[in-house]
This record gives sequence, structure tokens and C-alpha cells, in this order.
Amino acid sequence: MKKVYGSAAEALDGVLHDGMLIAAGGFGLCGIPELLIDAIVESGVKDLTIASNNCGVDGFGLGKLLDTKQIKKMMSSYVGENAEFMRQYLSGELELEFNPQGTLAERMRAGGSGIPGFYTKTGVGTVIAEGKDVKNWGGQDYILEEGIFADLSIVKAWKADTTGNCIFRKTARNFNPPAAMCGKLCVMEVEEIVEPGELDPDHIHLPGIYVHRIIKGEHEKRIEQRTVRKREEA
Amino acid sequence: MPWDRNQMAARAAQELEDGMYVNLGIGIPTLVANYVGDKDITLQSENGMLGMGPFPFEGDEDPDLINAGKQTITELRRTAYFDSAMSFGMIRGGKIAAAILGAMEVAENGDLANWMIPGKLVKGMGGAMDLVAGVGKVIVVMDHANKHGESKVLKECTLPLTGKGVVDRIITNLGVLDVVEGGLKLVELADGVTEEEFRAATDATLVN
Repeated sequence: MKKVYGSAAEALDGVLHDGMLIAAGGFGLCGIPELLIDAIVESGVKDLTIASNNCGVDGFGLGKLLDTKQIKKMMSSYVGENAEFMRQYLSGELELEFNPQGTLAERMRAGGSGIPGFYTKTGVGTVIAEGKDVKNWGGQDYILEEGIFADLSIVKAWKADTTGNCIFRKTARNFNPPAAMCGKLCVMEVEEIVEPGELDPDHIHLPGIYVHRIIKGEHEKRIEQRTVRKREEA
Repeated sequence: MPWDRNQMAARAAQELEDGMYVNLGIGIPTLVANYVGDKDITLQSENGMLGMGPFPFEGDEDPDLINAGKQTITELRRTAYFDSAMSFGMIRGGKIAAAILGAMEVAENGDLANWMIPGKLVKGMGGAMDLVAGVGKVIVVMDHANKHGESKVLKECTLPLTGKGVVDRIITNLGVLDVVEGGLKLVELADGVTEEEFRAATDATLVN
């Protein structure tokens, strides 16, 4: 079965439709599926709901899909880096569902694991708990959160073999594995594709069963907050 | 003299014990890392890393290696990486001994508000709600008063909560408070701050 595609547009051909739910990997601009986002912009598909921790920055990452007004709703934990996001949100053009970061990650992991709901104490007694079922175990309240079952996952890994077994690099792993797990179809972009056997099976971070289509390409990998030490401080 | 930012961070560092896994928030809490001394402390960054190192030298920045504030950082020999679900699994599972974080308001029952001001731009709670619900000990480090000179230590929070009854200890520029049965207990005064001054600056129930 062929998983490797020639381009992001080819890998998304026939997959996109208006109103779909997409789970995206990445934290800030780290480990985001840049190439697939660009291809979604090109496709013109609209009314998207996107589950992603953040929404890029103005003009980069998922911020590009804001500029083209292709997003109807975001499910995120933090959206503070994006002026266009705020403009659309405050004017009522964009819906926003805040999820605590761990709740968002677990909702994706749960959805990918066939778990429609789970209880957590995160958010108990806050606005996040409003309208959610509460259960008490051992004197502690927990609220019900639902698994995310996405139509499509778009994720970024460092290296994958042609069967989709893959490894991530440093903190670029972040939301990519749980986002990959929760989609009916998962498209992954990588920096390098290798033959089966070249990655140590003991070192695979996400097995290829979760990955249906793979593309390779150049990544800009923009840095959001460049912070450094001066060498003489050493 | 009340404590300055660095003195507050140094005082917060005293809360940490050898062998602890700790999550530090943005702002003054970040400075705590400068004062851990010889203690063996492993810092967690909730975007998926244990064993967070210092900022990189100029030219060594790696876009694949950032902290939860999206700043470029470095790894250590002990570093381990993992995904966001596992990261918050260890937070919610109580594996992280302590979180040190800033606050807009703290109430005498341990309620914490630090993520939104209604009517202003709302950026999101990020991982704060998970951290305060899950870690072993929640230590707040903040200025005692806001910009208008009003106490941030309150009988009840006025802002939307990040967590209910979650705070264990409060370190401000005026001193240290513990959340106990019935209110807050004064543990320590900053150098040169009198108990009278402290009580006058605190809009909450102080118990003995």
C-alpha cells in the first residue's frame, strides 16, 4: 500500500470538504505542519473547525487560514499571538472553544483510542466546567470531557519510513502524536523519508498504523521567541 | 524593604527540595531556576520536556527546541522528550512535585485567578488549569498589590478562576502565606516589613 505522496496537495486530494474537523499538531510554531497548512489555504476549503493548541501567528502557520477566513471555529488552549485572530473573534466571525492544554491533548488521545469521554479534575469550579457532567470519586470532583474524533489529522514529524513509522525531534513532538491518533485520516509531513528498517523499531515514537499519507518537504521552522545567552556569560 | 523580583524568586527556590520535578511559570517564577543552588531539581516544560536547560548561546538556537513560553532553550544530559498527552498525564497524575506560578488574584480559600480579565483580550489558559489541578504543591509568586495598590490576596477572587482551592503557599514582595483551614497563615515577613504593614496590605482573613 502506497503511503508516500509527491506533494501536500496530492496527499490532500479528495480529502478536504467544507465544514470538516481537522486536528493539527504543533505547539506555537514548533512542529507545525507548514506544508499541509499551505495546501489547505490553496484548496479554498472553508468553514473549518480546527483543534490545535494555538492558531499560529499573523501570516504564518494556521494564521494563514485566518487571513483567508477559512476557519469557522478553533478548539485551542492559547491564542494570544495573533492580532487577526482577536479581530475575527471579537467581531463574531470566528468561534472559539477554550480547552485547557492537557484536556485538549487528552481529548485527542482519547478520540484516537476509542474513548468517547473521560473525567478530569482540570477545570473543576471554573467556567470550563459549565454544563459538563460532574462525578465525585474519593471526595474529589471530576468533570466529563469528550474525546475528539477528527475527520482529518495534519501533523509534522522529523523522519518517517515509507510505512509511516516515525520519530519526532525534541519539543517538536508536542501535540503531533495525539493529533495524529484522533483523525479518520492522518496526513503527515516530514523532513526525511527512509526505507523500512532504517529506523530502529525500538525508537519509533508513533507507529505507522496511525499514519495514512506521508509527504516530504522543506520547512521554514520559524522561531517565535528567539532568546539567547551571550557567550561571555559562560 | 519589601522583596524585589529576584528576592521573591530566591525565596520561592527555598520551597524546592532535592530530587523534585518542578514546573515554573512565566515571569518571576522563571527566575527561580537561578536560585536552586546545589539542589538536584528537574524542570518540566509542559510542551513536552523534562530537564530544561538554559537559553542557548547566540547562533545555537534550535526551532525544534522551545519552552512553554515559546522561547528557544537547550537540553541537558538528563533531558527526556515526550508528547503533550504524556506531559499532561504526568501533571494530572500528580508526578510533578510543585508548580510555581504567577497570579492576578488569590483567595483565602486557595482559589486562584490568573488567566482572564473579562472585557479585555482573552488569550487562553494554556496549561495553567491542568497544572494547578494536578501537581503536588501549588506555590504562587506575585506582587502583593496590583497596579492600583489594591491587595491581590483576597477573601474571594473577583476574576474567573483558574482553579478552586488549589493554592498551597503564596510568596509576595511582603512575605509568605499558607492557605490553611479558615484563612491564610502568615509564615514569614519580608525583611523590614512589619506584621502591621502586612495585615494592612492584605484584604483577606489572617489566622494564627
